[in-house]
Amino acid sequence: MSGPLLFAVAAPAESLFSLGAADLVIIAAYFAMVLAIGLYLKGRTQTGDDFFMAGREMTAWIAGLSFLSANLGSLELMGWAAASYQYGLLAVHWYWIGAIPAMLFLGIVMMPFYYISKTHSVPGYLQLRFGESSRALAAVSFAVMTVLMSGINMYSMALVMKVVLGWDINFSIWVSSLTVAAYVALGGLRSAIFNEVLQFVLIWAGALLIPILGLYEAGGWAGLQARIAEQLGRTDFTHAWSTLGRFQDNPMGVHWTGIVFGLGWVISFGYWTTDFLVVQRVLAAKDLRAAKMAPIIGAGFKMMVPFIVILPGLLGLALLPEKLTGEAEAVATGGHSYNEVLPLMLARYCGPGLLGLGITALIAGFMAGMAGNVSAFATVWTYDLYRAFIKPDASDAHYVAMGRWCTILGVLASIGTAYLVMEFQSIMDYVQALFSFFIAPLFGTVILGMLWKRATSAGGFWGLLAGTVSSIAMWLWVKLDPSALRYVALSPDAKDMAENLYRGLWSWIICVVVTVAVSLATKPKPDADLVGLVYGCTAIPSEQDVALWERPIFWAGVVAVVFVALNLYFW
Amino acid sequence: MSSKPESISIWFFVGILLAFYGLVITAEGLYHLVVPPAREVVLAWLHADLWWGALLFAAGLFYGYHFAPRNHDSQVALKPKDDA
Repeated sequence: MSGPLLFAVAAPAESLFSLGAADLVIIAAYFAMVLAIGLYLKGRTQTGDDFFMAGREMTAWIAGLSFLSANLGSLELMGWAAASYQYGLLAVHWYWIGAIPAMLFLGIVMMPFYYISKTHSVPGYLQLRFGESSRALAAVSFAVMTVLMSGINMYSMALVMKVVLGWDINFSIWVSSLTVAAYVALGGLRSAIFNEVLQFVLIWAGALLIPILGLYEAGGWAGLQARIAEQLGRTDFTHAWSTLGRFQDNPMGVHWTGIVFGLGWVISFGYWTTDFLVVQRVLAAKDLRAAKMAPIIGAGFKMMVPFIVILPGLLGLALLPEKLTGEAEAVATGGHSYNEVLPLMLARYCGPGLLGLGITALIAGFMAGMAGNVSAFATVWTYDLYRAFIKPDASDAHYVAMGRWCTILGVLASIGTAYLVMEFQSIMDYVQALFSFFIAPLFGTVILGMLWKRATSAGGFWGLLAGTVSSIAMWLWVKLDPSALRYVALSPDAKDMAENLYRGLWSWIICVVVTVAVSLATKPKPDADLVGLVYGCTAIPSEQDVALWERPIFWAGVVAVVFVALNLYFW
Repeated sequence: MSSKPESISIWFFVGILLAFYGLVITAEGLYHLVVPPAREVVLAWLHADLWWGALLFAAGLFYGYHFAPRNHDSQVALKPKDDA
C-alpha cells in the first residue's frame, strides 16, 4: 500500500537544502556498502533456491524485518507524513488497523499453508490449489503491475531528489537503478533481503531524531495536542476514531465502516497476505515456526512506525512557521507542499552529517523498495510464466540465468516506465488504481482456497476474474459519472481514499460470491489432492512441545493487546 | 552438501556501516563546536549530532564485533540451525 503521493506536478527550481562534504561521504558509503554486499552474496547464490528464495534459510527476525521493510519505502514515509499533516491522526489507521490484524492473520492462519505447500510464490500457490488458469491470471497481472509501479516509484523518487536536493532527475534514475540492478542480479532475493534489513536500520537511525527533538520542542504529546488545537481551532486532528461517526465530520470524508471493513479487512488483508512482494520475504524463512513468527515480528515493528512517520507530520503542523499547502498551490505560490513536511522537519533539526544520514535513509528506502519489486518480478516471471508456459524442462542453472537477466530487464522496463510517466503524468493515477484492482479479489480467492476445501478450480478462476473486472468497472463508472460515488462509496462526500476502500470491499464480495456459486455448481477436487493446501486436509505441526514464550500464537496475542491499547489511548 | 563459503551475518554489515556513520557524524559535531555551521538548526544547543553520532558509533561497534565473521558461535542470521 503506497502512500498518498506525491510530487505529481513540476518541481520548483530551488531545492530545499544543499549537502556538505560529510553528507556526501555518508551517501557514498551507503552505495559502496550495498554493492559490496551484492558482490559478497554472489558467491553464495548458486542454485534457483538461493537466487529466488534466498536459500529458505532466513531467521524469523531477518524475514520479519524484510517483510516490513519491503513496504517501508521512502515514498511511503513521505506520503504518510504528508497525510498526517493534512488529515491528522486519521492517517495512523494505515499503520494499525490497516496492517496489524492482517499481519497476525498471515502469521497464524495462512503461513502454514503457504509454507507447507512449498510454493515459491503466491501465483504458485494458486496453481497448486486452483490450476494453471488462475496462476496465469495472477502472475501476468502481478508482473505487469510490479514493473509499472517500480517505474512510478523511481520517477517519484527522482523528483523528490530534485525537489529536496536539486539533483538532476536523469542522474537519480540511472545511478539508483543501475545500483539496484547490480546487487539484485548478483545476489538475488538474499541480496534484496539484506538491503531491506539495512534500510530498516538506516530509516530508524535517520528519522528517529525528528520525533525525539520535535516532542522535546513541543512539550511532549500534551503540548503537541495543545499547539495543534490552538492553530486549527479544533481538537479532532489528534484523535484516531472519534470523528469517524459521519462522513462529513472528518477531513478524509470516510466513515468507520470504510476504515474497518474496507481498509482493515479487504485492502489490508489483500495486501499483507497475498501481495507476493511482501509474502516472498516470509517464504524465505528457514522453517515453519520462523515463517509464522516473521509477520508477527513485522507487526510489532509496524505498530511503532507511526512514531517516525505520523508524528513528524503532526509535529510539522504544530511547529513549522509556514503553512504547507497542496502541490499545485505550492508551485504557484513558491511555498512548500504537504509532501515536503518530512524533509522540512529533517532540515529543522539536522545539521551536516545528520542531514546526510536522513537523506541516505530516504535513498535506501527507495532502492530497497525497487529491489523488492524486481526480485519479486524475477521470481514470478521465471517460475510462474517462463517455466510454466514457455520453457518447462530447462536446467536449474538456466532458470537462475533467466532470473538474473530478467532482473536487469525489469529494471530497464521500470526506467522506461519512469520516462513514460515523466511525459504523461496522468499515467501515474491510472497505474496506481490498476494495482488496487487485483489485490482485493486476489485475497478472496486465496482465503477461500485455503479455508474452504469445496472451492473448485473453476470457482477460483471465475471468482478472481469477476472480482477484478467488477473493480475496474466501478472505477470506470465513477470516472465517467462522478455522481456514482454515492453508490460505490456510499456517500457523495467520499474522497479518493474512501472510494478505494469501498471499491475494494465490493470487488472482494463479488469475488467471494462468484467463487462460492461456481464452486457449488462444479465438481470439487478429492481431499487427497488438497493435502498441504487447505484447512481440514493439512496436518499442521503441533507446538505443544515448545515453551509458551516461543510460540507464535503467544507473541501474536501480545501484539494484539498492544494494538488494542494504542487504539484506545488515541481514540 | 553445499560448497558455499561460511556466511557473514547481515548484522555485521549493519554494524560496520553504523560505526562509520557514527564516526563521521560525531566528528562533524565536534568540528562544529569550534566552527559553527552556516545553517543553524533548531535546538542546536542540544548538540544532537554529538550524542546521536556517539550512539550510532557504539551500536555499530557492538554489532560489528559481535557478528564479526571470526565469531562463528554468534553467527545467527543465516545458518539454518541457529536463530536470533
